[in-house]
Amino acid sequence: MAFVARVGRVVLAFLSASGRLALFTLNALSHCFRPPIYVNLILRQFVDIGYYSLPVVGLTAIFIGMVLALQLHTGFNRITGGESAIAQVVVLGMTRELGPVIAGLMVAGRIGAAIAAEVGTMRVTDQIDALSTLSTNPYKYLVVPRLLAGVVALPALVLVADCIGVFGGFLVATYKFGFNPVAYLQNTADFLRSDDVISGLIKSAVFGFLISLMGCYTGYHSKGGAQGVGAATTYAVVSASVLILTFDYILSALLFSS
Amino acid sequence: MSGAPKISVRGLKKSFGSKVVLDGLDLDVGVGESVVVIGGSGTGKSVMVKCIIGLMEPDAGSIKIDGQEVTGLKRGERERLMRKFGMLFQGAALFDSLRVWQNVAFGLIQGHGIGRDEAKTIAIKTLGAVGLDPEVAELWPAELSGGMQKRVGLARAIAGKPEIIIFDEPTTGLDPIMGDVINDLIIKCVRDLGATAVSITHDMASAHKIADRIAMIYKGKIIWQGPSKTIDQSGNPYVDQFIHGRGEGPIKMEVRAL
Repeated sequence: MAFVARVGRVVLAFLSASGRLALFTLNALSHCFRPPIYVNLILRQFVDIGYYSLPVVGLTAIFIGMVLALQLHTGFNRITGGESAIAQVVVLGMTRELGPVIAGLMVAGRIGAAIAAEVGTMRVTDQIDALSTLSTNPYKYLVVPRLLAGVVALPALVLVADCIGVFGGFLVATYKFGFNPVAYLQNTADFLRSDDVISGLIKSAVFGFLISLMGCYTGYHSKGGAQGVGAATTYAVVSASVLILTFDYILSALLFSS
Repeated sequence: MSGAPKISVRGLKKSFGSKVVLDGLDLDVGVGESVVVIGGSGTGKSVMVKCIIGLMEPDAGSIKIDGQEVTGLKRGERERLMRKFGMLFQGAALFDSLRVWQNVAFGLIQGHGIGRDEAKTIAIKTLGAVGLDPEVAELWPAELSGGMQKRVGLARAIAGKPEIIIFDEPTTGLDPIMGDVINDLIIKCVRDLGATAVSITHDMASAHKIADRIAMIYKGKIIWQGPSKTIDQSGNPYVDQFIHGRGEGPIKMEVRAL
């Protein structure tokens, strides 16, 4: 009986948390379309999320592109003529899958944590309550700029990550394995289709939304001082990462079902 | 108190789970009156002011401001109502990401729609009114001492010339001299604005100094109220125990054995 009660409590807690998150999301979305819109705050968040994440995303992308070419070369050695597909697989892998997911996970670690810590600290030091007493809606002032900036900044980052990743593959293929540079680039360009890139950008926009949402949600509901803010930060990164991987599958299934 | 009250609270109830915090609280505050609510930790002081200012929704009861019922107001109406309020938070709750003058001007720009330059001029003038030099305006909140942060918080609370000012533990964490400076500033600001003030505090020296009337809250109800000069002769054993800080008496602290 105690076991059933425990399971019941877990299920109820899960449903309650899901409901709170759904309400928070709807509330935040509804404020995205109602004035006032704080353009300056959106731009500042865009710089924080997009510009300052460039080094870490770029560095990750180039190594992913390089290791992808390396692995494909050793793997495709087993297949006759397989090596010629390296350029195609690298560009397909980067644009459709690795670019969005790697950039999403890196930004979840960097920005999701930062958002949760900042909003969480504002919560536990009464700054969010202070916003309300100064006739300012916390959703509009704190949540909406981060959500919109996340949705716009992550696709921009992924575009850069795609280019850098493909360049990483190019470097390994040409300098390490002696591929003809012109032929490699020609293969890449001929094989790449616009919907490969667009599907990656759609995914990354959703990932950007999820990262900002989870950062804001966990920060907004944090309590209990420094420990609460720490817990909110951890939860923001973990939940955003899990959601990114979950939605990666769902979106891949939807976008490439045909 | 004569005439219609500025703030009228009737039968206010608020619980968190099974814990009853406010249990049918009644309180009237007259126009231009300064009421200090005293009481031990966890007796519901903060919850009461959060309900009055709309940061928390009560479970039951009525709160009227200028005769208008304010419980259950829609968000837009609530934001308009907030222009009547100013609040000094216990930890000042200054926005760390904004300079001092931007903190003080925040409500003027966001809530009153005043231009940035004009708001800055008003902010510097208001900082002067609380004894801070214009140079302080360009500092960040983290560069200020606790007493200076309280003064900036006070400047922010009064910058919009509110009709009602809430002071949440205004002297907590300050040395006695700085506490007295803050008390004098509160008296001066409230008098100059002709505002109605509600303060919550444990500090009896502060309560004696800033209150026209003192009310004591215990177990979610106002158990005694009267002019501040009569509190020493209240004849109420709970009040006597509290103002003299005695461990023995009808108020039992919840202390668990180690």
